[in-house]
Amino acid sequence: MRLSHILLLGVVLLASACSRGEDAGGLFGGSGGSLDDNFGPGGAGSVLGPDGRPLNPASPAYFAQVIGDRVLFPVDQHQLTAEARTTLDGQSTWLLQNPGGQITIEGHADEQGTRDYNIALSNRRAAAVRDYLVAKGLPDARLSIIPFGKERPLEVCSNESCYQKNRRAVTVVTGFPGA
Amino acid sequence: MRQVLAAGLMALAWLLPAPVLAQVNCPDENTICGTIDSFSVKPLPLAAPIFVAENPGAADLAQQLTDLVVADLGGSGLFRHLDPAGYIGQITNFDAPVRFTDWSPISDESLALLTGSVATTSDGRVVVKFRLWDVELQRELGAGQQFAGPVGTWRRMAHKVSDQVYSRLTGEAGYFDSRIVFVSETGPKSDRKKRIAVMDQDGARVTYLTDDSTLVLAPRWSPDDRNVIYTSYASGQPEVRVLDVQTLETRAFGNIGQVAFAPRFSPDGQRVVLSLNEGANTDIYVIDIASGQRQRLTSSPAIETAPSFSPDGSQIVFESDRSGSQQLYVMPATGGEGTRISFGNGKYGTPVWSPRGDLIAFTKINAGRFHIGVMRTDGSNERLLTASFLDEAPSWAPNGRVLTFFRETAGEGGAPSLWTVDITGRNLKRLPTPSFASDPGWSGLLP
Repeated sequence: MRLSHILLLGVVLLASACSRGEDAGGLFGGSGGSLDDNFGPGGAGSVLGPDGRPLNPASPAYFAQVIGDRVLFPVDQHQLTAEARTTLDGQSTWLLQNPGGQITIEGHADEQGTRDYNIALSNRRAAAVRDYLVAKGLPDARLSIIPFGKERPLEVCSNESCYQKNRRAVTVVTGFPGA
Repeated sequence: MRQVLAAGLMALAWLLPAPVLAQVNCPDENTICGTIDSFSVKPLPLAAPIFVAENPGAADLAQQLTDLVVADLGGSGLFRHLDPAGYIGQITNFDAPVRFTDWSPISDESLALLTGSVATTSDGRVVVKFRLWDVELQRELGAGQQFAGPVGTWRRMAHKVSDQVYSRLTGEAGYFDSRIVFVSETGPKSDRKKRIAVMDQDGARVTYLTDDSTLVLAPRWSPDDRNVIYTSYASGQPEVRVLDVQTLETRAFGNIGQVAFAPRFSPDGQRVVLSLNEGANTDIYVIDIASGQRQRLTSSPAIETAPSFSPDGSQIVFESDRSGSQQLYVMPATGGEGTRISFGNGKYGTPVWSPRGDLIAFTKINAGRFHIGVMRTDGSNERLLTASFLDEAPSWAPNGRVLTFFRETAGEGGAPSLWTVDITGRNLKRLPTPSFASDPGWSGLLP
């Protein structure tokens, strides 16, 4: 017992010595600390996924996190804002570069409406996104929409800070090799 | 009904022998009878001594049955059950004449007396008998009646007794022997699990008709109360399904092939009216069940949804945002432009036509608050019955005098529960359910 404690202490001391400024383990590349493979597009580095690994730029996770998979809507509206159009321009570019997968646009509403109306309203929102993407050249057959009404709130408080995040249309991509 | 309406008349009333104020609904001016409106303002006193147990084994059931009848009638808000501790008389023999002099002293107003008996048999059957009396005039109201059935149906027998008493005293049909289908909800607000459940109108005998693997919304009864039509996400998208309440078999309705929701049966059960999405647009269609033939009823680019037939099947009330906001419209059941009937401040949705045909109930959203309200079918005489953070989706009791709806509380812990309210706006009550509950649909009176 006592011996193993001493050994453990030695390992900890060794590890802390190594962490002082040197890349002994080759974390940033094995040959002299070269970083050139990890600058990513535009020198911005790679985006890490939840597991700490760089995201594959052709993956749905990259689409969701980097391109932006959702657009938001004002109260009781389905017209696309300027910000939403910018996001959808990015989506259409990426989706055209990554053909083959299925694209589902999920429409949502906040809780400040009746159930039936919110299904119809969220359908309008999803359809606005689909129509925009089709106008940008995506084939209609690749796109489907699901209106969720107020059934799937992302945020659960009952004020505008949550409502604005719930009034959304989310573009969900599936069936890619990078999935 | 000998209740005096104005204090000034009170002194006069004492001087005259049995003065009678004529009531519209009185079949016979010499009996107790008021209207639901008058009783809801001033509940009628009711004495209901424990039903006589005809055999020793029936004693517990007699108590339970009496309690349930009292709960029904007292819970309606129209009757004021007098505490048995104050009773002078006893009913120990159902067939013996009532000694009215034992009962008249316990109330200085008109008093209804309900007597009953319960007998059980060794083969598991129950016989319930009752008689209803006008104590002041010392006469029976209607004829004595009995219900017999398996012991497991005792709650329904009690509700049948309650319906008879309610009907004889108000002149209108009751609603106690009826059921409510609803959506039972569990889990956090961001990931609610929903399943269809059914219970008696008082919250008893809850059973689940679907599991919670699929999002389900807004179940509504067929006119024969054997099937429930509802919206399901079983295929991934909203579709309309029909569920057989006995066998629990479900099937997709209508082979529609596009997003469909908000279904309701026609009063004759031959057609279903619903909303279909086409592109960004939502319109109302009617589908003939036998032929599967589909007819489009609205054609504006606005959202048209939440259709509900008039009880004679000739008209449909629905909501549309064609004016720029959600409002209510009435159109012929064959379709057409429709006539707008809602003109107050705010938005109106989820209209439902009363089974009596006289009123339309709705959800109103105004100034950040939700209300359940009623209006005449031409939109006049709008009255709001409730107000809260979120009240939604009224459904009519079979007699058109009570509404059930769901109320959702605000915030992270916000959740829905079922409520009832009179169309007078009185007697707002929460219905007990085992978990969160929404989207109630009230059946007709059971046979």
